[in-house]
Amino acid sequence: MSIENQTFTEKYDLLGCIQCGRCTGGCPVTVRAELNVRHFVDQAYDEGKLDELARLAEIWDCTACHTCAVRCPKGLKPLEVLIGLRSMIVESGKVEPTVRDALQSVLLEGNPWEKARAARTDWMEGLDVKVAEEGQEVENLIFTCCTIAYDPRVQVVAKNMVKLLNQAGIDYAFLPEDESCCGSEVFTIGEEGLFEMLVEDNTEYLNNFNAGRIVTLSPHCYTTYKTHFPDIRIPLYHYTQLLDELVQEGSLSWKGELQKKIVYHDPCYLGKQGGIYDEPRRLLKSIPGVELLEFDRRRERSLCCEGGGGKMWIESQSTEERLADTRIKDARELGADIVAAACPFCVLTLEDAMKGLGYEEEMRVAEITELLGELIEA
Amino acid sequence: MSEKPKVGVYVCHCGINIASTVDVEEIASFARDLPNVEVARTYSYMCSDPGQNLIKEDIREHGLNRVIVASCSPRMHEPTFRKTIQEAGVNPYFLEMANIREQCSWVHDDLEVATPKAKKLVAASVAKVRLLEALEETEVDAEPATLVIGAGIAGIQAALDIADAGFKVYLVEKTPSVGGRMAQLDKTFPTLDCSACILTPKMVDCAGHPNIELMTYSEVEEIGGYIGNFDVKVRKKARYVDFDKCTGCGDCANECRVKDRFPNEFDQGMGKRSAVYLPFPQAVPAKYTIDPEQCLYLTKGKCGKAPKCQEVCGVGAIDFEQEDEFVEFKVGAVIVATGFDPFDPSKKPEYGYDDYPNVITGMEMERLVSASGPTGGKITINNGEEEIEPKEVAFIKCVGSRDESVGNEYCSRVCCMYTAKQAHLVREKLPDANIRIYYMDVRAFGKGYEEFYDRVRRENVRYIRGNPSEIFKRGNKLVVKAENTLTSTPVEDEVDLVVLGVGMEPRKEMRDIMDLLRLSQSQDRFFLEAHPKLAPVDTATDGVFLAGCCQGPKDIPDTVAQAKGAASSAMIPLARGKVTISAQVAEVNEATCRGCGFCVEICPYSAIEMVTVNRFGYEIEVARVNEALCKGCGSCSAACLSDSIQPKSFRDWQILPQIAALGAMK
Repeated sequence: MSIENQTFTEKYDLLGCIQCGRCTGGCPVTVRAELNVRHFVDQAYDEGKLDELARLAEIWDCTACHTCAVRCPKGLKPLEVLIGLRSMIVESGKVEPTVRDALQSVLLEGNPWEKARAARTDWMEGLDVKVAEEGQEVENLIFTCCTIAYDPRVQVVAKNMVKLLNQAGIDYAFLPEDESCCGSEVFTIGEEGLFEMLVEDNTEYLNNFNAGRIVTLSPHCYTTYKTHFPDIRIPLYHYTQLLDELVQEGSLSWKGELQKKIVYHDPCYLGKQGGIYDEPRRLLKSIPGVELLEFDRRRERSLCCEGGGGKMWIESQSTEERLADTRIKDARELGADIVAAACPFCVLTLEDAMKGLGYEEEMRVAEITELLGELIEA
Repeated sequence: MSEKPKVGVYVCHCGINIASTVDVEEIASFARDLPNVEVARTYSYMCSDPGQNLIKEDIREHGLNRVIVASCSPRMHEPTFRKTIQEAGVNPYFLEMANIREQCSWVHDDLEVATPKAKKLVAASVAKVRLLEALEETEVDAEPATLVIGAGIAGIQAALDIADAGFKVYLVEKTPSVGGRMAQLDKTFPTLDCSACILTPKMVDCAGHPNIELMTYSEVEEIGGYIGNFDVKVRKKARYVDFDKCTGCGDCANECRVKDRFPNEFDQGMGKRSAVYLPFPQAVPAKYTIDPEQCLYLTKGKCGKAPKCQEVCGVGAIDFEQEDEFVEFKVGAVIVATGFDPFDPSKKPEYGYDDYPNVITGMEMERLVSASGPTGGKITINNGEEEIEPKEVAFIKCVGSRDESVGNEYCSRVCCMYTAKQAHLVREKLPDANIRIYYMDVRAFGKGYEEFYDRVRRENVRYIRGNPSEIFKRGNKLVVKAENTLTSTPVEDEVDLVVLGVGMEPRKEMRDIMDLLRLSQSQDRFFLEAHPKLAPVDTATDGVFLAGCCQGPKDIPDTVAQAKGAASSAMIPLARGKVTISAQVAEVNEATCRGCGFCVEICPYSAIEMVTVNRFGYEIEVARVNEALCKGCGSCSAACLSDSIQPKSFRDWQILPQIAALGAMK
């Protein structure tokens, strides 16, 4: 049987489900939304009910943190059932205008932020940055990420990365402006056709480079490439792995110190999905003066910030406390001066929460590269 | 090979197993036209008495000297039909099985495909059966003794049964005491017998039994030989305490300079012991052991002015000069009873076992409720801030079982009942506690189990259907994050104590035993039995048997039953005094063997050795097969560069015509 002819039940292995409830039990948004993902896995068995299920608003509450999939004892991915239902809506065209515009922007400009492709490398202006040419041999090929390339708040990740790599003196090159979206959010929004196109195009595009490894700046790109792009031939790394390596071997060291209490927030796409927990912590601990704190809900038990799953373009109807608010309150209770993350989405949502709660004066949300960048200039 | 082959072909319907996809009558009429075939018949069940009689009558009437049964796998019925033709006076090795069931009818659903394939299989068997040789089985003496590895309840029971029957038993236990996991348990389900009370008499019996030689703190180093004649070498690790002098008084442990410093394995690390220790009060033998990795004198070469234990021991039993000893002996059979490891919940970090002292395992709960445990049976727990008597208690079942995310698909079979039992014990000791058990299914399959589950529920133990996904902390409470799947309600349940109903895993060191005895693992990674239904205690190595949880998760009744089964199987060669050696073994043509030794290296049963022979005044090396060890697998034959070693009944000139026949037909 070909994949195309699979029924919904076959595609998501619904008959493998034993209704144990670990998916819903672990789902972080149940405290603020109606979503019960197990219920969907149970109900979607009835093909006649799919349209009705797809119309339920709560399918858009999923943040694609993947906790349900990680915890499932039978290897199912319950969130993908929700994505399957979303794709029915996307196909019918009845999506929020914000979502529609983001998808269209990916199709036309290669990014979901409705920015021109030509402006993708504007952040490089004034920087001594190496840019890759097709066919060029390079040890570390850097994949920037749409959000980091365009969002003025997190462009600093890329900018500081340039400084850090120059400082370390290693062989690297950033992808030029024809770098396109990894499709992380396209996949979770459920635009299957567009995502398939991105898989084909990006695989071909990236394989054309003669690179030792691809280093992604966002964990969303990292995990999406690892999971959904089986034909990329070049080994994939997240930048925290590369920087950790450079610090361990002594190629990077810090000037000055940072007398701060830092709590590290594990991004879902880096930790739960990518299995990378220790490198970001080692990086933070390498900074002189830093006292590294830990959330109670850390590592495999980290709490989602609600930044993924297309949530950047879909406003939740819930009036309950946002998870990012919970996170910031927990950090404040710990006495943290800085909440550090290694993900552009986490930084954006956590900083929003911090500002919303009015803690701006006493706390700071920072991407790890932000902190490190300040320590090579000092 | 002087007489002309007269072949009888018997095609089995196997009810509809074969007949529904293979046209059996057509096979029979096809077979009648094949060379040397005298008779060809079909019958509904060839393995039945009338089926077998059919063959016997034909042998008498038609003078058949070769028989083909076209039915199932030779694994199933080759022994049956060998016996049949032997009873009718034909050499049992003049039989060929054409497997038209597993290799044909069961894998096809189309008569048009299966029937021609069955014809090929039968024609190939006819091609081979004409070339078979008459083989004779031989017998060797069996040593009337058994080695039992592991002295938990399985090993103890097997040893006692065999010893009571009058045979010698060598019982080898790795730790300083017999008793195993059962000794750690408080009460047993569903009868609530005190585990120690029913176990200790057996422990004492096996130590004092005249037929049992008990070797504790010992490990099997080497096993060679074969059924009836295994050569065993055991390492008796140095205890640094003279076994004969030690009275078990305990003065040494009391005076030890590192008294009560180390986690006590018996108490799952919840209690503490000294470097010299008795694992638990009822330990058998009641002899102290010095832990060489913790003793100051043994690790640092210095313990104060002189080791305290040595000073206080009234009988002079402490002996730091002691060394490991080796003993060698011969046995006819081996029983493996090496038990299990409890699942390590660190592999499920979402439950926070490594982070919270009040998340404990079922085994730890056993020690916590036990009167001989670290708290004297009082249920108190540290919640990270203080020692409290828990008011809100949650049990989580299926931790590490039925869970592909940790590679364990199987059900561990005891957790449903032990959590119910522990819930009962908590209710008994903490009448006001709120107790809930998170479950996916309740599997109360044993005698009295469903009744016990019913009783526990009525003692106000709430069963909540949903397997929790995460545990985190809120204030001084643990939050169990789950879904009540019966009401579709996500819950964040605040509790004081979480007991993880951890399942069973194969022992980490089972690889050592596998290598020693050439055993295999089943898909669940436990030891593989010879047949899941009909040979559940046997293994692929003749004379080696399995008992208890090393073969798969089991409760105590099943473990004891299996131990008794293994004991009875092990006693068969012992009681007979002889073992039959299969005739279907490899044979070396010493005239052409070039002595390269490839076969010795490749043989999975270590059945081949190089020997020196005198050839026309020259000493040369050739391979020789130990027929008692050889399984006739043919690996040697495939490796041999000069075709000098070949398994009987599967020699090149016997199987090549068979293969040719398979290829010849369209």
